[in-house]
Amino acid sequence: MTNATPTVSRSRSVADLPVKCEPDGCDDSKVIVLSGLGKDFGEVTALKELNLEIRKGELFGLLGPNGAGKTTLLSILSTILVASRGTAEVCGHDIRKEEHAVRRSIGIVFQDPSLDDELTGQENLDFHGRLYGLDSRTRRSRIDEVLALVDLENRRHSLVKAYSGGMRRRLEIARGLMHRPQVLFLDEPTLGLDPQTRRKIWNYIRGLKESYGMTIILTTHYMDEADQLCSRIAIIDRGEIVAMDTPEGLKAGLGGDLLELDVSASNPLFIEKLQEAEEVGEVAAEDGRLIVTVRDGESFVPRAFEAAQASGVKISAVALRKPNLEDVFISLTGREIRDEGVKEPKERMRIYMRGIRR
Amino acid sequence: MNLAATVYTLWLREMKRFMRNKSRLIGSMALPALFLLVLGSGFSGVFRYRSGVSYTQFIGPGIVAMSLLFSSMFGGMNVLWDKQFGFLKEILVAPVSRIAIMAGKTLGTVTTSMIKAAVFLVFLCAGGLVGSDPWGLAITVVFMFLISGAFVSLGIAFASQMTDPHGFQLIMNFIIMPVFFLSGALFPLDGIPEWLKLLTLVNPLTYGVDGMRFALGGPHHFSPFFDLAALAAFWTVATLAGAMMFRRMSA
Repeated sequence: MTNATPTVSRSRSVADLPVKCEPDGCDDSKVIVLSGLGKDFGEVTALKELNLEIRKGELFGLLGPNGAGKTTLLSILSTILVASRGTAEVCGHDIRKEEHAVRRSIGIVFQDPSLDDELTGQENLDFHGRLYGLDSRTRRSRIDEVLALVDLENRRHSLVKAYSGGMRRRLEIARGLMHRPQVLFLDEPTLGLDPQTRRKIWNYIRGLKESYGMTIILTTHYMDEADQLCSRIAIIDRGEIVAMDTPEGLKAGLGGDLLELDVSASNPLFIEKLQEAEEVGEVAAEDGRLIVTVRDGESFVPRAFEAAQASGVKISAVALRKPNLEDVFISLTGREIRDEGVKEPKERMRIYMRGIRR
Repeated sequence: MNLAATVYTLWLREMKRFMRNKSRLIGSMALPALFLLVLGSGFSGVFRYRSGVSYTQFIGPGIVAMSLLFSSMFGGMNVLWDKQFGFLKEILVAPVSRIAIMAGKTLGTVTTSMIKAAVFLVFLCAGGLVGSDPWGLAITVVFMFLISGAFVSLGIAFASQMTDPHGFQLIMNFIIMPVFFLSGALFPLDGIPEWLKLLTLVNPLTYGVDGMRFALGGPHHFSPFFDLAALAAFWTVATLAGAMMFRRMSA
């Protein structure tokens, strides 16, 4: 009995997923280690027991819908919030016992703005440098350096009040770098920005990794952002890590391409016939459309038509595409990520028939 | 991290914001100026207290206290705006002690409040409305510092209990205004009804106003040592309360 089930599945424990190191300059030393970290707000469990290791030089993404617990996790790691159970180490420092050492080794760019808009860009950076104990010469050279990195040199003497949303975000990223942290946390770095600015910020983030070899942990609910930027992704939903791998690994875990069939009226017989094929993984139905996960999709299309004919189903349109992270998320949680949060599966009916395998 | 450097950093920020915001500066000085000029002149005809003391002369130190009270309280409560605009997070996540942050914020606001109040003081001295003996002025500055410091801390303490700036109006009507009106800044404490006297006696600003009247050569009610002791006690309690509550404040 061969098992053709996708490797990414909810039942599998994340802790024993293999840790692969990409040939991109990261080494084996662990920068962040979570052990059984959890957080409750009163009765509500925001984070269950999380176990996670992030290595030096990784660009690690925490992907999940709003309210999944991403910001809570960052707040705990930056010692703003205290964990309810478990603990974590950041750069070898315990977040409970060595608060100041943790704070010194991290930089954080919050999701909500946190600049003083009555100060200029330069003054905001100078304030930060002073708080982190940099002497005046170091402050001056670092300010020049980080402003150049985010292309804000010509606006350094303008009040932050006059900055656009994208400029503010860039200034905050620059500020997070002033004290050369070993780890940089970016909480939804492109939230609310236009596509052009988003792409620019992505380039800055990639640049940071290249020029400083910094470990970067970013949270996002944008699939494309995680896909384009991150070397490794943990998908987090309802306070739990449901999958963790490289973007390619996550997508490959779905077990093939996605074949979308627009059908007038589907019937169980047709679905059964589709599932009989060895290449077919999961079949999901949604508003008069069947989404079939299938290996080697090109050669399967004609056979899908044969099956349709045999079971009296009419196919009006066909699309074959590579899976994206959105598909991975849906497959793992049965829900979609949307800008406004998670869309519950109302009109969506899911058919799990993975069990029938030879 | 060097405590003094943190205190200085926070102090410097208050100064920069202060220097930049001329309209806010003028706005905050308008009300005390109005009280001094309009009330001072308006009541001059009917005010009979001690010979040779005009009403403008009498309320002069009270107006200095008013300016300090308003700027200090609101300055302390500005922590709430920092919270609203997210800047508090930037400060609280830095590897520095909360007490140093509180001290820097307080000293910065005390400095700006005292500069504003000093404008009134200079005006009063120049107009010959108060005495300008150097020792007297030095003692006045001590009182000014204690008044301002206590109310900045109190402002921070209130702000740490509030979630958004909508409560400002409430504090204005139920704390700042009563404290001002019940301080004897506008009327002498001799011969007032017993209930009113009781309220002024529990008001810490009363001793600040009275102490400054003494220092500026005006008619005062209590012994200056008593004024100083009472005000210093209030300053200590307010500072401790502010520090304790700020420590527990979350961004």
